[in-house]
This record gives sequence, structure tokens and C-alpha cells, in this order.
Amino acid sequence: MSQRPVTTESAPVRLLLIGAAILVLSLFLLLPLAAVFVEAFRKGWEVFLASLHDEAALSAIKLTLIAAGISVPLNTLFGVSAAWLVTKFRFKGRSLLVSLIDLPFAVSPVIAGLVWVLLFGAKGWFGPWLDAHDIKIIFAMPGIVIATVFVTFPFVARELIPLMETQGSDQEEAAVTLGANGWHVFFRVTLPNIKWGLLYGVLLCNARAMGEFGAVSVVSGHIRGETNTLPLHVEVLYNEYQFSAAFACATLLAFLALITLGMKSAVEHFTGHSTKGH
Amino acid sequence: MSISIQSISKTFGAYAALENVSLEVPDGSLTALLGPSGSGKTTLLRIVAGLEFADSGPGKISFHGEDVINVPAKERGVGFVFQHYALFRHMTVAQNIAFGLSVLPRSRRPQKSEIRDRVMELLSLVKLDGLDKRRPHELSGGQRQRVALARALAIRPKVLLLDEPFGALDAQVRKDLRRWLRQFHDEIGLTTLFVTHDQEEALELSDQVVVMRNARIEQVGKPQTVYDQPRSPFVYEFLGNVNKLHSGNNVRYVRPHEIDVIFAAEYDPATDALARVQHLFSAGPIATLTVRLNDGQFLDVELSRKQLDELGLSVGDEVAVRPAEGACL
Repeated sequence: MSQRPVTTESAPVRLLLIGAAILVLSLFLLLPLAAVFVEAFRKGWEVFLASLHDEAALSAIKLTLIAAGISVPLNTLFGVSAAWLVTKFRFKGRSLLVSLIDLPFAVSPVIAGLVWVLLFGAKGWFGPWLDAHDIKIIFAMPGIVIATVFVTFPFVARELIPLMETQGSDQEEAAVTLGANGWHVFFRVTLPNIKWGLLYGVLLCNARAMGEFGAVSVVSGHIRGETNTLPLHVEVLYNEYQFSAAFACATLLAFLALITLGMKSAVEHFTGHSTKGH
Repeated sequence: MSISIQSISKTFGAYAALENVSLEVPDGSLTALLGPSGSGKTTLLRIVAGLEFADSGPGKISFHGEDVINVPAKERGVGFVFQHYALFRHMTVAQNIAFGLSVLPRSRRPQKSEIRDRVMELLSLVKLDGLDKRRPHELSGGQRQRVALARALAIRPKVLLLDEPFGALDAQVRKDLRRWLRQFHDEIGLTTLFVTHDQEEALELSDQVVVMRNARIEQVGKPQTVYDQPRSPFVYEFLGNVNKLHSGNNVRYVRPHEIDVIFAAEYDPATDALARVQHLFSAGPIATLTVRLNDGQFLDVELSRKQLDELGLSVGDEVAVRPAEGACL
């Protein structure tokens, strides 16, 4: 009888558990993913490419890229600042700030979109003022960007705060005693220590920004060719029974997911340790 | 450069970490801040470094007469060595040591070659030649500590501050580094202030010991002075092994090595007490006995192995104990 470490199970149990995990993974992840690709190509390559080249689709892709292109840098800046503030300083209201950062996570995406309609919509608090100045937020691009910024708010901060908390402030203090100013301390000491956590946070933030449906759906108005992001466009196509086109666009989103995962694994492999901690 | 600390207080919320502490650290001396956890010693060190701010009030900190209490940490010119080294993980040893020089404003920053030379010079000084390209995680604890020291010295600090510098190291490494630090200090003569809770370290290393307790200073003096002439029971108890004897309302103290053990047959009632050996520990250069006096109290006694062998004691034997020419509080 071979010796095995006390903390593992016997071979049959291990096989059972691994088998169960694979089954669940297949059912909930692999199968749906495969279905997306199969359905996308059901009518052949040409239909697939045509769906992606369609004007409405291109506009949707463009809008998605803009929304992500604005919200990711903004939330990265915010996330780094908030994490710095929260982990290096002690002040009244600190825990409140941390809870507030998590707010977009706790709120249902539909509500996350609705609040902006209530604020900036025609009948909203600022509605008349915006109307008077001919500024369109709801049912236009600004609204979509705002909604996307809101729902992806916490990602970078949430990734950095535990990381920076674990790392402590010793190195920053050492840098200060050696004569470094704030700039030096941040760019030469803090940032290199958090770079992988930061990258991971940015990856997640981007994935969510591009894939957000609920909040954006509420503020967008679904104006074809104007205020549809890619996920919204997929829904529009599906509702019009253009299944293959819908799945074709969906493959883009599926690719995004795979690329995100791939980059994350590459980062972990490349650095030789997990993006968490260290 | 001397350090003068006057009337420094520091509270964290409701907790008083320092209460009106004043201290003079002579130029070129090696001073130990010694005390149990929570005595305020690390807080005091950090305030001298500028990493914490004292409560506003009459408090002053001066380096060589110049008031620095309002000078920010990055301009104070202190070399600080942290308990857990705080080396920059992603930089090499050479980059770590060069850091202080590399963040100098352009007008004051030396040439790259000069910086390189200085780094090599410091590596030699701390006996770590050849390790310039290593990263912190590739070094042992003792090596990391010496890199931290070299890094602090690179900026030619006015004073050197060490926060429990050997706390995280093995006993043997600690002893070696202690010896090395003393020699090193004698060579470079930089005013050094270090924090420790290890009284042996403080007594062995320093020119001046500052015993702290509960946010205040209990006693300041040369190691010999605080050990032989403690000003309070706390100092006496903290600085070495202690026996406490209660008789009525009085408490008398005697150190374990200041007790002589003699054969019970030679018992002299005027000076001695009879006792029974309860426990004997003799692995090592010093033998420790625990004896039980007739009134039920226990005494720890330290004898040299030679003395122990001459007495030929074992557990259960009766002996007489007598104070040596020692101090009794």
C-alpha cells in the first residue's frame, strides 16, 4: 500500500471529485461556449463575416470600444488612488469609503442603469436643465459610458486594496527616509509591487466593461446603429430571429473572455507566481 | 550629530504611547531604547525619524542643536533600518543601496559611476561584496539586514536609527551581527539609536541604555550603571534574571548568580537559609538550580558547572543558600 499524504483522498475518491468537477465545468461552461461557436458558423463562413461587417454591428463594436476605452482608464485611476488612500492612511470614514466602493457590486445592474435615467432622463432631476442646454445623456453615448463606468467602478480597487494591505507600508516608509518624494515613492516602490494585481484588475474591469448588459440596456434606448453596444446588439439580433448573426457577434464576446483568461494565465505563468499577494 | 528630544508626547486616539519624554543622545554614541512591548520605544524612534508626528505642544527634536520637528521625514537625513528590512523586492541589492542617491534632485545627484562606486564601497563595508546583482529574496536574513544598513548609510545620514534590527534573526546570527554592529559603529562613529526588547543586547551593545516603560523613561545610564544601580524594581527585574522574596510586606530581590550554595552541614543560621533542590538544569556552561526554601518560596540559583560538580548535587538534596557579595533591594 503506497503512502500518500494525510491531506489527500484515496484514488477512487479523487477520481470521483475530479470527474464531478469536469462534468460541472463542461455543462456550465464548455458546452455553452461550444454552442456559441457552432451556432455562429451554422450558416457558413460568409454569413458569419457578413454579420460582423454589418453597419449596425460595426457601430455596436465601436460603441463598446469607446465605453471600455473611457471607463477602464478612469476606473484604473480611481482604483489606484482609492487603494492608495485606503491602505496607506487611517482616517475617519475609511471603512465607509471601502463599503461605498463595493456598492456597484451589490446593486442589480438594472438599478445601476435606472438611477441614471432617474437623474438625467427627460423627467429626471437634471432632465430640464440638460434639455435646456441641449445635452443628451440618456439614450445617447454619454449615458452608456456613465453606466459602464459605474458598474466597473470597483474592479481595480477591489483587486488592489487587499494586495496593498498585505504588502504594508514598510517599503514606502523606507523610501521616504531615503529622501524620496511622493512621485518617487509611488512610481518606483508602490507601483512595481502591485503591477500584476493592477494588470489583473484592469483585465477584469475591461472584460466587464465590454460585456455589460443590464445597466447599459436601461440607459441605451436600443437605437439601432447609434446606442447599441455589442451585447445589446446581440440581443436585438436574437429578438429578430437572426440567430446566426446573433451568435456571430456573440463569438466576439466569447473571444474577449478567452483572451482575458489567456492573458491572466500568461501573466501568472510569466511572473512565476499568482497575481494575488506576493 | 547629537540628538536632543524634549517633552515629546504622542497619543493614538485614547492610547498614550509617549508621555512627556525627554532624552539626550550624545554625538557619536550608540544608545539603546530598551523596554517591553508597548513601552513607547518604537514610537519614539519613528518620531525622531519623522515617520510619526508628536502631539503638538512644547515638544522639540533637535539634531546638533537644529530643530527638526517640523522638517518632513524625507529631508531629515536619517538612516532608518526596519525590523523586517523593508528592502525593495523588485530591485537588486545594488539598486536598493543606490536608491537614496538616485532620488536626489538632479542638481545634487552624483554621476552614475559615482553612485556605482559608492554602492560597491558600502557593500565592502558590510562584507557583502559580490552580491550586488542578487535580489532580496535570494539573501539570508542576516544578509538582508546588512543590505538595509548599507542602503541607510548610502545617503550619509546624520543619525542612524534601527528598529529591533536583529529581532527577526536566529540566535547565532543575532549574536554575530551584534558583535559586528558594535565594531562597525566604532569604525564609523555615527550617532546611533536603536530599539530592542532584549536586555542582553542592550547591555552588550550600547554606550547608553534608556529603559522605557508605559510611555515613559524609567532610567538612563551606562549599561553598568543601570544594571548595578537600578532605580526601580521594574528596571531591576527587566535587566536580568531575578528572584523575588516576600517576607511580610517587604520584597527583596536577589540575582540568581549572586547566591552561593553550600553544603547543608555548613549552614550558618545568621546568614543562610535552608532549602531543598527541586530542579536541576546543567546542560550548558551555567547550571541552574531551583531550590525550595522552608517557607515555601522558590529561588533560582545560577552556578558554574565547576561549582555544581564540587557540590555533587542532585534533586532532593538539602542545601544552604547564602547571598554573595551582591546587592539586595
